[in-house]
Amino acid sequence: MTAISMTVNGKAVSADVEDRTLLVHFIRDHLHLTGTHVGCDTSQCGACVVHVDGRAIKSCTMLAAQADGATVMTIEGLAKDGKLHPVQEAFREHHGLQCGFCTPGMIMTAVDIIRRKPALDEKTIREELEGNICRCTGYHNIVKAIAAAAGAKA
Amino acid sequence: MYSFTYRRPASLAEAQKLFEGASDPKFLAGGQTLLPTMKQRLNAPSDVIDLGKIAELRGIAKSEGGLTIGAMTKHFEVATSADVKAVIPALAELAEGIGDPLVRHMGTIGGSVANNDPAADYPAAVLGLGATITTSKRAIKADEFFKGMFETALEPNEIIKSFAFPKPEKAAYMKFPNPASRYAMVGVFVARTAGGVRVAVTGAGPCVFRVPEMEAALAKSFTPDAVASIKVPAGDLNSDLHGSAEYRAHLVTVMAKRAVAAAG
Ligand code: FES
Ligand code: FES
Repeated sequence: MTAISMTVNGKAVSADVEDRTLLVHFIRDHLHLTGTHVGCDTSQCGACVVHVDGRAIKSCTMLAAQADGATVMTIEGLAKDGKLHPVQEAFREHHGLQCGFCTPGMIMTAVDIIRRKPALDEKTIREELEGNICRCTGYHNIVKAIAAAAGAKA
Repeated sequence: MYSFTYRRPASLAEAQKLFEGASDPKFLAGGQTLLPTMKQRLNAPSDVIDLGKIAELRGIAKSEGGLTIGAMTKHFEVATSADVKAVIPALAELAEGIGDPLVRHMGTIGGSVANNDPAADYPAAVLGLGATITTSKRAIKADEFFKGMFETALEPNEIIKSFAFPKPEKAAYMKFPNPASRYAMVGVFVARTAGGVRVAVTGAGPCVFRVPEMEAALAKSFTPDAVASIKVPAGDLNSDLHGSAEYRAHLVTVMAKRAVAAAG
């Protein structure tokens, strides 16, 4: 067992976890924040994306112990005072989801993309979504939502 | 994933001591290959020794004639570094094309090179630029480092500390990504340095390799036409459901031409 502590969505948390605990399992099973999803076994789908120290990463491909001391943000941390984050709002407005399984990861990735890339055209958005898989939407409205949230033209 | 003991040393010396004392240990760099293989139970180390908190393994520095990049430097750090963009733009572009943005936020240059996946991008740059690999024990030339599929000159308890890349006069990397996995079906790194022209190919064979015939032709005339009629033999290349060895051999020439054109 390893003792870990980190800040998750602004709250300090600590726990003793089995060494092999993945960050996503810590978030879901220990903190009961189930917005972060597991969509694959192979680090391909991006349903598990959270921010660690301000960078979007796949929480299924990081040990909880590696995040010891870090600042973590999950999908639950985005909305402020009952008001959706602009990227969440854009996904709703532009119908950027169908079943919604990929959506938490898509949105956490989108927030990261918009933070990193000042000018976002459609091609860049599609390239940046390389690590996020959606089996429903065909991506079109996801791209539209991100472009709208970024203030770019879709 | 099978159980293991997680260790997080603060220094290289401590990391090596932990390694000595464990029955079947593995070093953890960015974890973007190791953790997926452990999840698939293809890897079951007794101890995972995380190099993530060892400060001396990180960072990018301009040095006499080139760049020194710490082994635990992440792909996104190389891709966005002003120094890398200024000294070896081809290396920044290569880093920007690895995996996806999420993987680039975790994966490290040292982890990628130590793993030596036959389809990884970084080995092409290390061999193509003729970098020197400094480890916890010694300095190894790129030409002596890559030994075969997932095989390198590294001894079990030898840790890569940094890479010294010479500044090329011209360089470019072109890859043909597999449409599904985005791994390189074929990637070609071409560089003209003070030491001559080097052409390194990844993805095509069991291990990154140089193409001396192309290097000789480019030394005479650094133009796409110079390599247009040079074919690598298909015999040693990979054949799988994504493409035959003949197809990969063809792609090597095409990617080499494009890389030379991009290097200008
Ligand atoms: S669950 Fe993490 S990438 Fe699929
Ligand atoms: S909305 Fe169903 S997987 Fe994306």
